[in-house]
Amino acid sequence: MPITDKKIGWDRNQMAQKAALDIPDGSYVNLGIGMPELVSGFVPEGREVIYHTENGLLGMGQVPESGKEDPELINAGKKCITAIPGACFFHHADSFTMIRGSHIDICVLGAMQVSQEGDLANWSTGKPGAIPAVGGAMDLVAGVKTIFVITQHTTKHGDPKIIEECTYPLTGKGVVNRIYSNLAIIDVTDEGLFVRELAPEVTFEYLQQNTGAKLNEY
Amino acid sequence: MICSFPRTANSTVFPDLYYKKEIELELVPQGSLAERIRAGGAGIPAFYTPSSVNTPLAEGKDTRDFDGKTYVMEYAIKADFSLVKCNLADRYGNLTYNKTARNFGPIMCTAAKTTIVQTKKIVEPGEIDPEIVVTPGIFVTKVVEVTNPEAESKLVAEDRRYPCQ
Repeated sequence: MPITDKKIGWDRNQMAQKAALDIPDGSYVNLGIGMPELVSGFVPEGREVIYHTENGLLGMGQVPESGKEDPELINAGKKCITAIPGACFFHHADSFTMIRGSHIDICVLGAMQVSQEGDLANWSTGKPGAIPAVGGAMDLVAGVKTIFVITQHTTKHGDPKIIEECTYPLTGKGVVNRIYSNLAIIDVTDEGLFVRELAPEVTFEYLQQNTGAKLNEY
Repeated sequence: MICSFPRTANSTVFPDLYYKKEIELELVPQGSLAERIRAGGAGIPAFYTPSSVNTPLAEGKDTRDFDGKTYVMEYAIKADFSLVKCNLADRYGNLTYNKTARNFGPIMCTAAKTTIVQTKKIVEPGEIDPEIVVTPGIFVTKVVEVTNPEAESKLVAEDRRYPCQ
């Protein structure tokens, strides 16, 4: 039975900070909509990271000051943003050439489910009737060199999101390299899931009880 | 409708038609959509891409292995009309865009029989530096000057409908 205790583990900002620490200096990075966007707020001192937004900007800056928003300067999630000095704009075919052609180093995405083989499901629950929408997620996982997932470890109902096999429609097969959850950082390897770091007060046993696939210790 | 993300805040026309089964949706990964448009404008009928392999969006599509990796075939898209927004245009149809509003504009200009462009300003030939022309005029059929266009999302949020009351 799921036994997630919401009081322990990292909060959203701490999860984003953990992911930001693993982004090397000089990386070109694409951030998915939602929690991944927080990652850009935690670039460690002394590192330069260039953010790509797939609607056509390399060199995405922070949110503009109130009153300085430009409706023609937005990110993929349609939020107003800024462009850093040295930024450039381009059309969608060039933008996805950067993505699909493996020019982007790291992509941080949200997840509905991740399998022990690194399969990702993050665009549809497969529920009949809902209007499906996919955006650029399938291109990102197909082309970006390294895929980080940032997600709560379990669903709102306490069910594991990291499982043996995804039950939702896939975004990509065998694409996830590392998972940052509120309970742990987990590497997806050819030999299975390996726990890289546990959040404070989280034990390996507790983590395993909240995970739907076998975890390994390094 | 061929689209990668057919959901937007306050949108009603597409959901209404979709639930009444009066419109067909072809859902395409955003990058495959962009490349299908680019191919359509470039005279390339189809291509292979790694995007969507092993997902429901690749079902029923031709696949082929290159260097041990599987790719899915996607067909080019060509339109009868494309409606595009730009920033500056001259009478040859040379265009520049404004920031991320460039979007799918330049590729969609190439992939339609008739390309109609809304521009904030029509300028004299030569006023746009040839080095910064984004869309060469050969891809553009007509330009229409609209100095202060309203954002569509704002009009939709205000529940404004066409034809205007």
